[in-house]
Amino acid sequence: MPAPPPPVLVEITVNGAPRRAMVEPRTTLLDMLREHLGLTGTHAGCEHGICGACSVLLEGEPVRACCIFAVQAEGMSVTTVEGLAPARGALSRLQDAFCEAHALQCGYCTPGMLIACHDLLARNPRPSEEEIREAIGGNLCRCTGYQQIVDAVKLASGQEAAHG
Amino acid sequence: MAEAPRFRYIGRRRRAVEHRRFVTGQGRFAADIALPGLLHVAIVASPHASARIARLDASAALALPGVHAVLTGEELQPEIEPMLPGVDAPEVRRFPLARGVVRYAGEWVAAVVAESRALAEDAAELVEVDYAPTPHVVDPEAALAPGAPLVHPAHGSNAIFRREFLWGPVEEDLAASPHRLSYRVRWSRSATVPIETFVCTASWNDATGLLDVWASIQMPKFPDLLARCLRLPGNAVRVHFDVDVGGSYGVKRGLKHAILVGHLARRLGRPVRFLEDRLENMRGGDMQGPDRIFDVTLGFDGQGVIRAMRMRALDDVGAYAGRSPFQLGKPVGAIVGPYTIGSVAYEAISVLTNKTPQEAVRGFGQAPTNYAIETGLDRVARALGLDRIEVRRRNLIPPERFPYLIPSGTLYDSGDYARVLDKALAAAPFEALLRQREALRAEGKLAGIGISTCLEPSGGNSSFEPLFNPKNTTTTWMDSCLLRVDLNGAVTAVMATSSSGQAHETLVSTVVGEVLQRDPDSIRVIHADSLSALPSNSPVGSRMAIMLGGAAAGAAKRIRDRLLRIAAHNLDLPEEALEWRDGAAVPRAAPERALSWARLVEIAHREFHNLPPGMEPGLQEAFVWEVPGGGGLPTPDGRIQMYPCHSFEAHVVLASVDPETGKVALHRYVVGHDCGVMISPDVVHGMTYGGVAHGLGAALMEKFAYSPDGQLLSGSFMDYLLPSAQEVPPILIVDHCTPSPLTEFGQKGSGEAGYLGGPAAIASAVNDALAPLGAALDALPMTPAAIWRALRAARAAQSAPVPARETA
Amino acid sequence: MKAAPFAYVRAESLDHALDLLAEHGGEAKPIAGGQSLVPMMAMRLARPALLVDINRLGALKGVAIGPRRVVIGAATRQRDAEQDAALHRAVPLLRAALAWVGHVQTRNRGTLGGSLAHADPSAELPLAAAVLDATLVLASRAGGERRLPAAGFFLAPMTTAVGEEECLTAIEWPVWEGPGVACAFEEVAIRHGDFAMASAACQIQRDAEGLCRRAALGLGGVAGTPLAFPDLAARLEGRRITEALAREVAEEAAARAEPGSDTHADAEYRRHLAAVLLRRALLRAGAAPARAAA
Ligand SMILES: Cc1cc2nc3c(=O)[nH]c(=O)nc-3n(C[C@@H](O)[C@H](O)[C@H](O)COP(=O)(O)OP(=O)(O)OC[C@H]3O[C@@H](n4cnc5c(N)ncnc54)[C@H](O)[C@@H]3O)c2cc1C
Ligand code: FES
Ligand code: FES
Repeated sequence: MPAPPPPVLVEITVNGAPRRAMVEPRTTLLDMLREHLGLTGTHAGCEHGICGACSVLLEGEPVRACCIFAVQAEGMSVTTVEGLAPARGALSRLQDAFCEAHALQCGYCTPGMLIACHDLLARNPRPSEEEIREAIGGNLCRCTGYQQIVDAVKLASGQEAAHG
Repeated sequence: MAEAPRFRYIGRRRRAVEHRRFVTGQGRFAADIALPGLLHVAIVASPHASARIARLDASAALALPGVHAVLTGEELQPEIEPMLPGVDAPEVRRFPLARGVVRYAGEWVAAVVAESRALAEDAAELVEVDYAPTPHVVDPEAALAPGAPLVHPAHGSNAIFRREFLWGPVEEDLAASPHRLSYRVRWSRSATVPIETFVCTASWNDATGLLDVWASIQMPKFPDLLARCLRLPGNAVRVHFDVDVGGSYGVKRGLKHAILVGHLARRLGRPVRFLEDRLENMRGGDMQGPDRIFDVTLGFDGQGVIRAMRMRALDDVGAYAGRSPFQLGKPVGAIVGPYTIGSVAYEAISVLTNKTPQEAVRGFGQAPTNYAIETGLDRVARALGLDRIEVRRRNLIPPERFPYLIPSGTLYDSGDYARVLDKALAAAPFEALLRQREALRAEGKLAGIGISTCLEPSGGNSSFEPLFNPKNTTTTWMDSCLLRVDLNGAVTAVMATSSSGQAHETLVSTVVGEVLQRDPDSIRVIHADSLSALPSNSPVGSRMAIMLGGAAAGAAKRIRDRLLRIAAHNLDLPEEALEWRDGAAVPRAAPERALSWARLVEIAHREFHNLPPGMEPGLQEAFVWEVPGGGGLPTPDGRIQMYPCHSFEAHVVLASVDPETGKVALHRYVVGHDCGVMISPDVVHGMTYGGVAHGLGAALMEKFAYSPDGQLLSGSFMDYLLPSAQEVPPILIVDHCTPSPLTEFGQKGSGEAGYLGGPAAIASAVNDALAPLGAALDALPMTPAAIWRALRAARAAQSAPVPARETA
Repeated sequence: MKAAPFAYVRAESLDHALDLLAEHGGEAKPIAGGQSLVPMMAMRLARPALLVDINRLGALKGVAIGPRRVVIGAATRQRDAEQDAALHRAVPLLRAALAWVGHVQTRNRGTLGGSLAHADPSAELPLAAAVLDATLVLASRAGGERRLPAAGFFLAPMTTAVGEEECLTAIEWPVWEGPGVACAFEEVAIRHGDFAMASAACQIQRDAEGLCRRAALGLGGVAGTPLAFPDLAARLEGRRITEALAREVAEEAAARAEPGSDTHADAEYRRHLAAVLLRRALLRAGAAPARAAA
């Protein structure tokens, strides 16, 4: 086994603030956020690209943080679930709707779901049920059966969602 | 229907108090616990289903800078006690690391500890192990055949548990029945597969001799078992229950993980974390679910009324067993489903094979059994040419017969089954489904309607323990809550277990708020640790609304009663002259003399001179509650009161099947659900939606498949398929409320809702779709390929002579 | 599930990337979107000693639409291509294929070139490239540029003609001039967004009478590489795509497939699916409203 190459300095902007860490090239963006920057809101569910629990916004677009090495993100801006609220202690409209519609149970998939739905609403302020399901189609949730997540997105987009 | 009593907070919409931390990324999961000096574990796993370990050399791994230890079974086993199965099979011993032999592909052979997880994985690759493969068996029926390789030779058989129960004159009833039919159905190995894998972090303190453990667990008696296996006194292990668990639905047991990590932390004097990766989790995490073959015979009359049932359930538990054989035990408490079947013979067989061990899965074995029973109802209808719904109606226990004693000894508390079914049919509405089915058929699709009416036993106790193991006399299965009111009047409730999405904090604060008539949002609920908490049996068996809810109510009532006594003493009135209203003690005759909450708290905490003589100062109360109706041992013929409460669900599904590709689409999904009084309706609905989605997975796509040589073929999320939002259809839930007479507020459990009837209903819809072509499927999951094969076989059979009829 | 150690270099230019690939031979690998490579590295099924990051090479990005062909840089994101309306008009089948590739999040990173170089036999873009007989442009330090037709590019599962020192730089897609072009992409996967158990694609051009003037068709997931059938496509020319014709062609194509088996689908089922899906694709494209003109 060759000795691991030395760590490299990675500087990124996370939730608006410059952050830096010395990481091995093999460190994923997910692990840099969690283990080096202490931002544990972003979760690992599979580490092979399927579950979407690790979703973050990279340069404003949703991506899987387990499928990009931190070094690749050098100089880029990242938004995590910790950065979705407008202010400390406040909730975004979407976060508020998730709480209101009971769009989560264990909360493990929730950061990724919020990222996916945040992106959807940014692109499409009044998505249809089908569009919502497509947007979260790459995010697995084992608790909710997705129904109340769909309801929450409708609620956040000002469309009436029946309380089931 | 009895109208639910009016409550102030119970049954009202209320935001779950847990949500805020999760939507802002401030949950605290086991993987988020960062301790200084933390070391990381990676596993060396067996590539063989069965082998002798001929040689193990860790020297190259240990030479890697940053590697702290490579632990083998050789070193570990003498230091700890084995994990034993719940049934009486003392030779089936499980340790975290194998020693000498491996019994399934994926079994842990060595644990590597290093400065980072990546480094630990590097080192794990350098551990050299030579194996000498030995004969293996992966098919459970083959495992029972004479001469099959024994998974645990010392046990002497691959049957780890086998018992035949006879409840009533089954043979006579079958013989006397005008019709009989027999069938076989197969429930394939799937599991709950939470999105969070199992995680355990432990830290040992030499000075205090205390092991601190943070783990993503949902397991009864976990701290006690962990301490015993580590040969530590119980008070040397502190399990922190304030860890958010990222989903469990039964499987987050992880005892072997915690034993390993606890041992390593103690041995190395450094905190250690084992965060299973997804591959380790699927193969060696010991979390796969029931894997069953049912052989059923039903005796029924010309009206479709079933008189007797003989059921043989053979369950493949894999290479080791903890509580898994009990998953054949719990269904004893609902062995006739919601039906009036009069006599039952039940043979339960748990079989060891060279596969990953089975763990508890949502419903604890009831969902497969429900699928087997419901298949029978559909077959009876088909055999007689009757309507499936009508046949169910004729068999459902009518509301006036509750409480209803089933042949296996359990009393069903309450229910109004036909009514719930009617509500679901009306909401669908069923007429529209029939029209839609015709329309889909006209489009050239195969279309079918699925029906299931299933029981959801709740309020879990462990009556199956003495039933399946005569040496086990456990009848106690309590839960508890501690309530404290501080000097300033704020209320804190302490619960003794972790939560994995059930919103227990919301449950407890709602219940306490209801009893004390205080705003639930002002009540803080904390998860204690195992040394500072009262006993709990964790959120298994759909029990927390009943048990934790009951314990919280009990503690709150004690606080309320204490405050009423203080008030009576200070107002010089008899207690009966007072009532508790809006969080204050109010004299019925003179409301203006009421003593407020603040005043009463002040007396309790500061004015000993105003306390009734003999009353303890301060204000805290604990309440420990036993499962209602529990506490009995089984009769010699195996009759027992299993769970106390019985929720009910009726599913109605419209599905279509592409006749050429076999792909299934669900067009309408309605669940009628009765779990008594709902404390938090959103939470109940959420779990029901999730249960349906999970059931869809089990019915249509999820399976831990094994190759003939015992290799797991679905070990990643690429091939073990969890349904996404694009497979799960919109779901409509229709509530009904038949309160339980046994519980504080009339509540029943609902943690397994949706899953217990979902697979049966979806399978019923698929078979209804295939029926016009004479095709049927009797195994889950009903994948496109399996459906296509069934259709092809039916087409082939149509050109062949008359098929055998299944009815006698 | 952490990747084995590797060194990382962000290529500053295509030449820089080619130098690195030449210098390190088979030890180095380009990384594009990483949507296939990173999971494979995490599972340690791929373990390059050096990763050459080609994500920031502007020269490998972009869509240039000409009258006869469209040239797409290898590192162009799938999502960018998907949202390009002009590209959609020029090469309808490409867009139809893209809609089936993974999810928004994977398409935001995943590239066209990465998908082609990865060459999963079930992947949609390789099938589209094979059906349309796209040209793949490869570059290396020693050999300069070479161009390969798709037919010579896909060799076996996850194996292409890309040499160890080579980088895929662009893909040229033929534009079918004139009116009446339509296409269809059909696949079956158990779960949305997953690799298909089998897929079928076709692009056809009809004349004013509705007769097929030009056709291309193929199958995915039923052999080690995507399969195109130019001879079967030729059989459609000058004819109306009827149910009988579609069935005949689809069944003949499926008969030539060499499907494998896995947990979800055995060979027999895949072959059956191939025939069904190709028949459906042909009928759908035959009936679809066609593009006016590219
Ligand atoms: C959840 C999920 C679902 C998916 N579903 C699908 C699907 O349905 N259909 C599908 O087709 N794909 C699917 N994929 C894979 C797809 O998203 C990838 O984008 C694609 O396979 C690879 O493209 P990439 O740019 O990510 O390449 P990378 O992962 O970066 O690279 C893949 C391989 O190509 C090589 N390579 C990349 N670029 C070049 C180049 N320019 N020159 C030479 N070699 C190069 C790399 O060295 C590597 O070997 C899925 C992925 C995920 C995570
Ligand atoms: S952890 Fe990244 S997709 Fe599952
Ligand atoms: S809320 Fe638990 S996995 Fe989605």
